[in-house]
Amino acid sequence: MRLEYFQMIDRFVEVNIDERKVKSVCKVPMESPVFEGHFPGFPLMPGVLLCECMAQTTGWMVSVLTGFTGLPMLVGLRNAKIRNAVFPGAELTFEGVIEHVGSGYAMAKCKGKSKDGPICDADLAFRLTPYPGPEFRLAMVEMGKKVGIEVPELMK
Amino acid sequence: MASTFDTVANIIAETCDIPRDTITPDSHAIDDLGIDSLDFLDIAFAIDKAFGIKLPLEQWTQEVNEGKATTEEYFVLKNLCARIDGLVAAKTA
Repeated sequence: MRLEYFQMIDRFVEVNIDERKVKSVCKVPMESPVFEGHFPGFPLMPGVLLCECMAQTTGWMVSVLTGFTGLPMLVGLRNAKIRNAVFPGAELTFEGVIEHVGSGYAMAKCKGKSKDGPICDADLAFRLTPYPGPEFRLAMVEMGKKVGIEVPELMK
Repeated sequence: MASTFDTVANIIAETCDIPRDTITPDSHAIDDLGIDSLDFLDIAFAIDKAFGIKLPLEQWTQEVNEGKATTEEYFVLKNLCARIDGLVAAKTA
């Protein structure tokens, strides 16, 4: 996890296409420029970045289900709850399910937890937008491979 | 059993916090009810779940953008409901 680069997911440990379920894991870094401001002397994972973790977890799954044909842009967040404080060093798991994909949009649910219990959950909406170019799609596929998105037919 | 229109109107009222009694079959979702494309995603999702269909929103948007259809054909509620009925009938045929 590199907060300042919005690299939220360390790796995916489950990508179940049939059930449209996905699970990712990440470890909150001990140090980050983010913590210099949030908060000075009391580093705390921003809740908005927990939302980003949920968006990336389910967003990657939308990419898989749509064959990397467009960029899932987060356009909605409903019923978002931050249930517990998350501190540096915490190991997090995010579990998502895609409830709908098609007609240019996707709907998902996601929840995050640590060893201490639930930390967040939300309903997310994505709009599929065209990639700015074919190179971008390849870059996304390569980026996905680095975090464990392995769908052989997409890697050609 | 609720009519297609009643179901759709209730979804719109609940999703967009619009008074139910202001929603009529002749209401234009965009022009009269002020529903934007983002809110319509939530409405479409709820309609899909309620009727067990998939509204082809992307196709409709493309047809409107290309001038092949008017927004009235898809977003005046009586027309939207007719299309929903058509999709339901096609699914059960």
